[in-house]
Amino acid sequence: MRILHIPLILALLAPLPVLAGNAPPPAAPGPSQPAPSFTDVLAGLDGDSYDDRISAVEALGRLGDPRALPVLSAMLDGHLYEAPGHGLVYGDPDAGLRSAATGEAVAGLTADDLSEIPVNNRVRGVILGVIGGLSLKSPEAGVRIKAVEALAERQPDGAAAALKGLLSEETDARVRAAAATALALLNLGSPERHLRQEAIAVLATSSDPMVEGRLRQYRDTEKDPDLSKAAAGAIHDISVRLSLIDVGANLFQGLSQGSVLLLGAIGLAITFGVMGVINMAHGEMIMLGAYTTYVVQEAFRAFLPSSFADAYLVVALPAAFLVAGAVGVLLERTLIRHLYGRPLETLLSTWGISLILQQAVRSVFGAPNKEVGNPSWLSGGVDLAGGFTLTWNRLAIILFCLGLLAALAALLRYSRFGLHMRAVSQNRPMASAMGIAAGRVDALTFGLGSGIAGIAGVALSQIGNVSPNLGQGYIVDSFMVVVFGGVGSLWGTLAGALSLGILNKLLEPYAGAMLGKILVLVLIILFIQKRPRGLFAFKGRSVEG
Amino acid sequence: MKLYRAAAGAGAIIALLAGLRTASAAEDTIKVGVLHSLSGTMAISETTLKDTVLMMVDDLNKKGGLLGKKVEAVVVDPASNWPLFAEKARELLEKDKVAVVFGCWTSVSRKSVLPVFEQDNGLLFYPVQYEGEESSNNVFYTGAAPNQQAIPAVDYLMGKDGGEAKRFVLEGTDYVYPRTTNKILRAFLHSKGIADGDILENYTPFGFSDWQTEVAKIKQFASAGKKTAVISTINGDANVPFYKELANQGIKASDIPVVAFSVGEEELAGIDTRSLVGHLAAWNYFESVKTPENQAFIKQWHAYVQNDKRTTNDPMEATYIGFKMWTQAVLQAGTTDVNAVRQALYGQRVRNLTGGEAVMNSNHHLSKPVMIGEIRPDGQFNVVFKTKDVIKADAWSPFIAEDKGKVADWPFPWACGNCTEPRFKAYQ
Repeated sequence: MRILHIPLILALLAPLPVLAGNAPPPAAPGPSQPAPSFTDVLAGLDGDSYDDRISAVEALGRLGDPRALPVLSAMLDGHLYEAPGHGLVYGDPDAGLRSAATGEAVAGLTADDLSEIPVNNRVRGVILGVIGGLSLKSPEAGVRIKAVEALAERQPDGAAAALKGLLSEETDARVRAAAATALALLNLGSPERHLRQEAIAVLATSSDPMVEGRLRQYRDTEKDPDLSKAAAGAIHDISVRLSLIDVGANLFQGLSQGSVLLLGAIGLAITFGVMGVINMAHGEMIMLGAYTTYVVQEAFRAFLPSSFADAYLVVALPAAFLVAGAVGVLLERTLIRHLYGRPLETLLSTWGISLILQQAVRSVFGAPNKEVGNPSWLSGGVDLAGGFTLTWNRLAIILFCLGLLAALAALLRYSRFGLHMRAVSQNRPMASAMGIAAGRVDALTFGLGSGIAGIAGVALSQIGNVSPNLGQGYIVDSFMVVVFGGVGSLWGTLAGALSLGILNKLLEPYAGAMLGKILVLVLIILFIQKRPRGLFAFKGRSVEG
Repeated sequence: MKLYRAAAGAGAIIALLAGLRTASAAEDTIKVGVLHSLSGTMAISETTLKDTVLMMVDDLNKKGGLLGKKVEAVVVDPASNWPLFAEKARELLEKDKVAVVFGCWTSVSRKSVLPVFEQDNGLLFYPVQYEGEESSNNVFYTGAAPNQQAIPAVDYLMGKDGGEAKRFVLEGTDYVYPRTTNKILRAFLHSKGIADGDILENYTPFGFSDWQTEVAKIKQFASAGKKTAVISTINGDANVPFYKELANQGIKASDIPVVAFSVGEEELAGIDTRSLVGHLAAWNYFESVKTPENQAFIKQWHAYVQNDKRTTNDPMEATYIGFKMWTQAVLQAGTTDVNAVRQALYGQRVRNLTGGEAVMNSNHHLSKPVMIGEIRPDGQFNVVFKTKDVIKADAWSPFIAEDKGKVADWPFPWACGNCTEPRFKAYQ
């Protein structure tokens, strides 16, 4: 449910006519003088302490004036300022400011004139609750659901009345369900027994871990034995559902980790699997791909309008393939071709190359991490049931790596180059005798493997660090996957990566991340003892030699 | 043949020049060793500190040097390799005969050089926040001890402004600093009435990148109804994927705040911080603090590295304070002799970049202010809390049972970093 930022939606909504929340102020212990005016309360946002600001925000909530919405959501983002002579203004200083009191545009202010109204987590929490109350009447169901959730979580004054009001006229089923749950959560604290009883019945159908937690607390404080028992039953129902969801979530996370392993290993499946080169510089090809992504992104930011910024990935993919592929071809022609059949020398020299490449990147770009931003369509995720969030970037990587594998398999199976490659890897002298330029095929094969590693770097830059050491984290895992899956077999690599990923993620919740990883390694060692050629044995140059 | 002779000739000339250089250097320069990794995994953090020392040396020379001599930095690269740290330290002390060394980042590298410094009676300034539990006669610790970082941060989280957290996740990388810090924190939380059931301690390997399960676990732990906060001692590179996963799974700072002890401005430079607003860090220094000293320092730094975008951070300030204290002590002692300088260092005062004064105590640790900052959208920190007074570092934590009675106090009569009674009987 939290795909988008609440403030973002609210900012978009701001110009729409939003009705006042009908939450009546709860027996306000306040004085009986007439309600303060919107502008008076607004001015309080500029209070001296966090406490002053919080009481101003709460007062705005009681006032229920929809004009407060854009101001509060700007405040949430740190975009509410005090400007001398203009009072409070909000918005992006570069894109244009508006007066908080009137909503009209204010011109002629620069960032230097403004002093930001400081907010901390406590203020933000109160703002979120108040925004929830104010946006219950939003025309969009999604916003109303968020508003309801905010009310359930923050439980500001008057939340129960507001929710009842909403339920009496709401037609959207999802909003009704959310509101009913929220109201039931509030009613758990009610002094009336029948309300609490109804609330337990409503909550028993939920599959939200937050509800389970609240019910647990409630069960421990409830005096009535019948209700306490009912609550225990509800907790049991919810936890059964949650544990099922948990298994599903673990499977997805395993699939996702498997896809990351696969991305790292696909290129190696070519250079090591097909050609038999123990390429320790494989990780650095991934790193070069990630740095290419960074350079392309910076070029986009520098030379193109910001609306194109998210498109940089489209250019980064072929660019990374070309850069890493070119480095791969260069390596093969200048060094590796002299070392065929000498695995130890290959290992040492490619390891040396990996150190050289790392230090070269460190000298050019500097040692600190580089920031590669996620395009907005890759950020965030969708809350499925039971607190499990399906994140877009993970999903995209699973799909992307399966697509990449399919494309590679097709290339090997159907293209002329693929035919030559398979011929050379299966029987080099015979392939040469048939007129295939084996040396050229070697160079291109190595370039292909490296280029694919570069593409993997583009994808991996979306989930991790972009630093000179990036490749180091993937090299051991990649070898593990290729050896486990069966040297020389693409399908073995796929099966190896996915089974290792899922195994790891199924172990992790029970054994912890450290022990889980150790257990997986032990299992691999045992497995290799039994089947030295991995899951799928393949007869090629590497196993003959 | 000709080639060989030319090469030999060139070699001889180079050797001669090098000889001349060391000969002249020995007379009128003071050598300062810099022992920070410039390659390998720790280069990401340590190169900045190397540059900081070089900048300070440069500045000192522009102002006329020290004791009428030029100061010369000797930079070596221990390459994030712990045994190599000890070798390079020995090289600096015995071959280059440096007067002082600024260096190390990880605790394991410090533990590795410690015997070398004690054997050769060298002087090391260590500028990084660490787990405490140490006080050597040959090391001055200018970074924060746990009571100058971790404990005030947890105190803040339990207070009104921090959200009155009642449940804590201690999430760390699996090595000595997080484990020791969390041991101290657990004892501290117990003393505040937090039960073990409300503490979740979890460790992950170095460079961990797949945080899906861990973040889901945090979410689940937080759903128990009590306000939950995460205390992160996650190290270096593992932070970027951790924060990305937090943001993607929709954990907002107003729901579950994460306070980190190893994430500063430099680390945030590699992350898109817009979705991290409100998460916290505890340090003794933030770049965003506006004081004349800090602004001058930032300006000097930008001019030195010729890049306006480079950030400054807490270990840089610790290096700055250490370097200033050492120059002051050398001036006071009138020599670079280690024993004299050490005596002059006790009680030495330097103005913090964030205001107030840092004081070197006789336990070889500093008194410094502690600040809590919330991450801003621009990757800087908004200081939301600052201790009223400076806090004196504890070398030995009162929250660890085995430390009971241990004292670190180097002047007479204790003269010891790890004793339960003084080495000398007090003079009657």
